[in-house]
Amino acid sequence: MQKASIDAIKAHPKYQELVRSRRRFSLTLTALILIIYFGFILTIAFAPSLLATPVSAGAVTTLGMPVGILIIVSAFILTGVYVYRANGRFDALTSAIQEDQQ
Amino acid sequence: MIQLSRLGMLFALLTPVALLAAPAVSGAVERQATNWTAIYMFLAFVVATLGITYWAARRSHSAKEFYTAGGGITGFQNGLAISGDFMSAASFLGISGLVFASGYDGLIYSIGFLVGWPVIMFLIAEQIRNLGKFTFADVSSYRFGQTQIRTMAAVSSLVVVAFYLIAQMVGAGKLIQLLFGLEYWMAVVAVGLLMMVYVIFGGMTATTWVQITKAVLLLSGASFMAFAAMSAFDFSPEEMFRQAVETHPEGLSIMAPGSLVTDPINAISLGLALMFGTAGLPHILMRFFTVPDAKEARKSVFYATGFIGYFYVLTFIIGFAAIVLLAQHPEFFKPDAIAANGTLIKDQLVQGLDGGTNMVAIRLAEAVGGNLFLGFISAVAFATILAVVAGLTLAGASAISHDLYASVIARGRANEATEIRISKIATFCLGLLAIGLGIAFESQNVAFMVGLAFAVAASANFPVLLVSIYWRKMTTRGALAGGLAGLISAVVLTIMSKAVWGDVLGNTAMVDGVEVSVGLIGLNNPAIVAMPLAFFFIWFVSILDNSAQAKREREAFEAQKVRCDTGIGAEGASGH
Repeated sequence: MQKASIDAIKAHPKYQELVRSRRRFSLTLTALILIIYFGFILTIAFAPSLLATPVSAGAVTTLGMPVGILIIVSAFILTGVYVYRANGRFDALTSAIQEDQQ
Repeated sequence: MIQLSRLGMLFALLTPVALLAAPAVSGAVERQATNWTAIYMFLAFVVATLGITYWAARRSHSAKEFYTAGGGITGFQNGLAISGDFMSAASFLGISGLVFASGYDGLIYSIGFLVGWPVIMFLIAEQIRNLGKFTFADVSSYRFGQTQIRTMAAVSSLVVVAFYLIAQMVGAGKLIQLLFGLEYWMAVVAVGLLMMVYVIFGGMTATTWVQITKAVLLLSGASFMAFAAMSAFDFSPEEMFRQAVETHPEGLSIMAPGSLVTDPINAISLGLALMFGTAGLPHILMRFFTVPDAKEARKSVFYATGFIGYFYVLTFIIGFAAIVLLAQHPEFFKPDAIAANGTLIKDQLVQGLDGGTNMVAIRLAEAVGGNLFLGFISAVAFATILAVVAGLTLAGASAISHDLYASVIARGRANEATEIRISKIATFCLGLLAIGLGIAFESQNVAFMVGLAFAVAASANFPVLLVSIYWRKMTTRGALAGGLAGLISAVVLTIMSKAVWGDVLGNTAMVDGVEVSVGLIGLNNPAIVAMPLAFFFIWFVSILDNSAQAKREREAFEAQKVRCDTGIGAEGASGH
């Protein structure tokens, strides 16, 4: 790519919007999954009895079961949220920038 | 000190092949009677995949076709192929066995293996697709000294591939011995030869379709098994858990985190290795070049996360249901686990299972689906190993031909035909090496190998890759220093850990009058030290670097960033 076209893209308001909003979005989601996962690991290390609590009085099923399944589901949902936003808004911005380059 | 040995067990159990290699497969394995149903089903799989390979071999002979299947795989197909690359026989048999033996702890490991995927999605998947061509070193060397960075990336890729491959081969040999009643060496040779045929003749196209076929077979087989097992409990998880607690010798404690995770430092270190190791595995990263653009790269991670997460939920159900359902089949247990009245002795549930806990899923297949389904699941387990080793070998061969040969030795002047030929020769040599080492390591303890592969991926590949994408001021010297610091510290700390120092090198100590193997350090996985060390050296050496080359590399960041953000100038799919 030529230096001139790089500078043109960098100056494009939509490029700046793309970079800013995507960075904020991916960092937020990364922080979320780190908090969820290491929250879980630290609970296991420091307060495992929390996960051993029954879900309701007299039940054998413990709180740890739905929590574990929820973490698996949340990993899937978070990637889905990212794809939805990226394939919609971010790709629209990207193709607008690409068109202006031609 | 008892604590320490438990942690060693945790480490051994946490690595997928360790799951396979540790409990049942170390030591003498009894050969089972030859299982002809399983062998016929497996032969059907082999014929089908060789058909795929024949079709793939005729399609094209370009480097793009060989390394990336022409870049025309859809996001959905790639999602399945990624799952096929990632869900090893060890995680299927090992995790269901672990759930059977200790309940909730099995789920902790499944979650660790899954959470790397969102990180890959948010931070590197589409960036890799936009910047790279054939290997992840294309990305980490994008604006840096090609010779240094590619050599380093190729070395750490080969370390990851070699240890992962040996562990898979040994696991494969032992597993097939158990399932099919074949000799160990025959199993290893069969896996090695088939994998060589797929990769040499069909390249990435054949590898991809072998992985897709295997993923579909594994997911449908496991779905059927979990469904049939749940029907025994009228589809009530509470009912399944209640009966499992009644049957299991450890009772209620199988419903919560047990003794396997007790030490925060080791728990976090392992969490880091699992989460970020996935994001540094060369055979996984390579899969992002098989899709046409960043949009399909994203979709493939989304589908892969769904399939892999679903698969881990299935293995959890299979393990728990097996506690109840296998106990109803005394014929699955060793004779001395059976009481005089012909029922299973409660305490013998785990130790008494014939063939060890790696056989849990296989036995459950027999219990819910008879001999035919047993044969199907055994064949699927074999197919699973083939798909994983084919992906690994292709990644190793690409590191040799694309990074070392084309970029370092020929300095970018190699012609395509020569590069592909080198790649095929490399595949052949890696295949022979894998067979040789697989046989040589038959009776060695290989439990540490997958852990080491993940640790090197997390501590050498991932930091360099991540920082090269996001930090303007990184330089060749910084990348080199950080990558080497991660690689060397991961390897050295692993050697000092109990899994190698104690279990492999045989250093023991007397604890409470019992001789146990010990490590020089209490850390079981090096990631908590090696990863920060890599990031520190990248930062420290980069900021001290004021050379002219460093200045050029920082100036080149803008062009890299624009291409990375917009995909303008990225490698497209080949048009055929």
